[in-house]
Amino acid sequence: MTFAIPDMAPALPEMFVLGMACLVLLVDLFVSDRGRGATYVLSQATLVGALFLTLGGNPEPVVTFSGTFVRDPLGDVLKAFIYGVVFFVFLYSRDYLRDRGIYRGEFFVLGLFGVLGMMILVSAHSLLTVYLGLELLSLTLYAMVAMQRDSALASESAMKYFVLGALASGMLLYGMSMLYGVTGTLDIAELSRAIAGVEDRAVVSFGLVFLIIGVAFKLGAVPFHMWVPDVYHGAATSVTLYLGTAPKIAAFGMLMRLLVDALGPVQGDWGPILVILAVLSMAVGNVVAIAQANLKRMLAYSAISHVGYLLLGVLTGTADGYSASLFYVLVYAVMGLAAFGMILLLARAGFEADRLEDFKGLNERSPWFAFMMLVVMFSMAGVPPFLGFWAKLYVLLEAVRADLVWLAVVAVVFSVIGAFYYLRVVKLMYFDQPAEPVPLQAGADMRVMLSVNALVILGLGIYPGSLLALCGNVFSGTG
Amino acid sequence: MFADWPLLSLVVWLPILGGLVVLASGSDKSAVEAKVVALLFAIVTFLVSIPLFTEFEVGTAAMQFVERRPWIPGWNIYYHLGVDGISMPLILLTTFSTVLVIIAGWEVIRYRAAQYMAAFLFMEGLMNGVFAALDAALFYVFWEAMLIPMFIVIGIWGGPNRVYATIKFFLYTFLGSVFMLVALLYLYFQTGSFSILDFHAAKIGYLPQVLIFLAFLAAFAVKIPMWPVHTWLPDAHVEAPTGGSVILAAIMLKMGGYGFLRFSLPITPDASAALDWLVILLSLVAVVYIGFVALVQQDMKKLIAYSSIAHMGFVTLGLFVVYDIVQYNQAAGQPALAGAAIGVEGAVVQMISHGFISGALFLCVGVLYDRLHSRRIADYGGVVNTMPMFAAFMVLFAMANAGLPGTSGFVGEFMVILGSFRANFWYAFLAALTLIVGAAYTLWMVKRVIFGDVASDKVAALKDIGAREFLFLALLAVAVLALGVYPAPLVEVLDASVAQLLEQMTRSKL
Repeated sequence: MTFAIPDMAPALPEMFVLGMACLVLLVDLFVSDRGRGATYVLSQATLVGALFLTLGGNPEPVVTFSGTFVRDPLGDVLKAFIYGVVFFVFLYSRDYLRDRGIYRGEFFVLGLFGVLGMMILVSAHSLLTVYLGLELLSLTLYAMVAMQRDSALASESAMKYFVLGALASGMLLYGMSMLYGVTGTLDIAELSRAIAGVEDRAVVSFGLVFLIIGVAFKLGAVPFHMWVPDVYHGAATSVTLYLGTAPKIAAFGMLMRLLVDALGPVQGDWGPILVILAVLSMAVGNVVAIAQANLKRMLAYSAISHVGYLLLGVLTGTADGYSASLFYVLVYAVMGLAAFGMILLLARAGFEADRLEDFKGLNERSPWFAFMMLVVMFSMAGVPPFLGFWAKLYVLLEAVRADLVWLAVVAVVFSVIGAFYYLRVVKLMYFDQPAEPVPLQAGADMRVMLSVNALVILGLGIYPGSLLALCGNVFSGTG
Repeated sequence: MFADWPLLSLVVWLPILGGLVVLASGSDKSAVEAKVVALLFAIVTFLVSIPLFTEFEVGTAAMQFVERRPWIPGWNIYYHLGVDGISMPLILLTTFSTVLVIIAGWEVIRYRAAQYMAAFLFMEGLMNGVFAALDAALFYVFWEAMLIPMFIVIGIWGGPNRVYATIKFFLYTFLGSVFMLVALLYLYFQTGSFSILDFHAAKIGYLPQVLIFLAFLAAFAVKIPMWPVHTWLPDAHVEAPTGGSVILAAIMLKMGGYGFLRFSLPITPDASAALDWLVILLSLVAVVYIGFVALVQQDMKKLIAYSSIAHMGFVTLGLFVVYDIVQYNQAAGQPALAGAAIGVEGAVVQMISHGFISGALFLCVGVLYDRLHSRRIADYGGVVNTMPMFAAFMVLFAMANAGLPGTSGFVGEFMVILGSFRANFWYAFLAALTLIVGAAYTLWMVKRVIFGDVASDKVAALKDIGAREFLFLALLAVAVLALGVYPAPLVEVLDASVAQLLEQMTRSKL
């Protein structure tokens, strides 16, 4: 057996992030609390650098590391958005963390390792790589949720997250082992070739179900959603912001790698399962969100419902459907970023601003940011001319194209039910008087970037062509 | 001279730009600049919309002032604007009403006046977009986006129960519209584009047509509104500030009628013909039953709201009675479309006329409400003694609402009844019956509010209308009388488009 050095170039961004994450960890040992800015700047520079490395690479699909790692347009787009989203997460989090005494290097180091996990996950070309990336991501997320160690709520939710997450990982691994058992390979491309010829369909279906459970857990689809509201609620808002946005993109990548790349030939088996998950997610997410008094919990249930819409595209099993779902997840990440960012904007030392009534009379306190939140809420509700409308339109379009008109009707009916709780936030901001009319205290960088974030939702809503074309091109070769 | 101007884009985007400028210019303490800017933008937009009428080429049903450029090429979606004889008058109605609403809110709105003015300018642009859009995706964007400013207007400046009313308004209309969205997506896959004109030409099977028709019905019946999905309207009208009520009644309701004209009838003619009984039945219920409901209202705004529903019943009646006329003509061996145009033209005239009259009546109630802060009929009486000029206007508009010949209210109703006669004596009988009911509830309200003895010290202390109020009431009075005495220019504009519509709605697409 000869040992050849693998082609490293496709994994350059991953190696860069890994190296920088270690560097940040080391540097942070030597800076005092006052000099934490260095850690922050270095972390942001890592993300920017990774973005350049990712965009500067060869756009042709390349498989390397003995077929365990792939670099392709899908991976590049997802990674680029992951960097961008995490960049905003770090930026929004600074004041919040400082006010709570958890402005430490750990947040950034863990955040970067999480990014690395997500990158590996979306670039996986072997079941083992999928698992590797997933665990790296999950372990950093558990630690980040637990970071606010004096908070009972945070510890409790970290524990819940860990136990349920470990269980889901176990399920996923079990499913993978079955697929390995019947096909004899972990390589995603080979698996895809071998799967159609497998005689024993029962084992394939069995493995498939366990695989879907693992993915559905990561996405937070009903009925594997139980952790979502508790973890979103219990974690510090910065951490919620992190785990509610970028990992969704990564989980979508995982969904694509496992179900489409590996199990594409048995779409007839997994399509109907996703239909059930989608309908349940839209129903439970939208209905239960109405009953929430805590904005983080409400957004958690809203996230669950969005996963339902996201699945509408994938379950059609067509390249156009995948593009629709890709568009949806990217749009959702941008909207989630702005929504949690608004909570961080209103929060100040000793005040979380995560209850619905904390948004009362925001129009009195800051008409500009009330309008920004209005944009985000209507966008999430899927009302034009905001970006969220096009995301919903795209997945509905693909559902109708796949002759699933009934599913499209179910989806729009639940979106009307969902509109109610978004409207309630707008109602609180505009129609009610503030409990204490204090002005906002956030820093200028946060204000500017949050405004940019919301204006992107408006601007791309008015002219969505470029982002739509981007998502369409990613899958133009598949299907 | 305006032929090369992108007039439709201007009437859509100028007010939206104006709204942004107003938001930027006005602080909440002294909102005078904001109001002046808002009025300027509203007037300029109205002036820009006038060439749409003067340069309009009568005698062709083709779309005019067309603008078309790619918007989302991947989906074949175009930024495609254009008007025909049906949509052009509605755009003029919108630009005209917005000017009035801005004047009407001038002194009355004290809380966040800049946001109030901006909301109406945004709404104006979006509503013009609804009437001008020839691409279904573009249409849907305008159609839904318009709900946002109205939601805010009712919610911030509305009455005590405003939150309930505005959320009900939003969710009702949203629920109706999403079904339309699914239908539009289905049509997109049948034709390969979102162009409404392509939808008109597409062949569609019977069952899909019925489903599409019902989806459209869900959207437009809520908007117009038809019995039994009308319940959001009285709530929204009562709670909305005067300006909101005016825009709701004068324009937003018309969108439902416009939807029937632009979507339901030409896209699903076979389903429309098969289900015309349903719409006619609901229209007659609205016309008769809602008329009686209006009779017992204690609140002036509620009364006018119910009267709006009844009048909108005439519109849907006029549109769908065509199919019965065709049947009658075929049985009698006459040309199929003989006498059919009058029903549809009556419906459109009724829409325009109701826009003026209901807007005027809501403004009248607003004038009284600003003085006494009550809308209850019982709190008034003998207003003519203290506000003679106002009383003259209010009586005129009330008469118009009751369909007095010489006012615009008569023309539309008369044409619709004439059309109904040809179709079925009983339709016409029932519809004509409501002229009596309509006269009863309107005039009885006028009797109780305007005439009689002075009811209280408060009424005795009322001041007559000032120059500002005179201005907007007089403008509306001129419009109501002009359209009543000489409706020919409007009918002329309509003729070619209505003829084409009739042809489309009676040609089978199976």
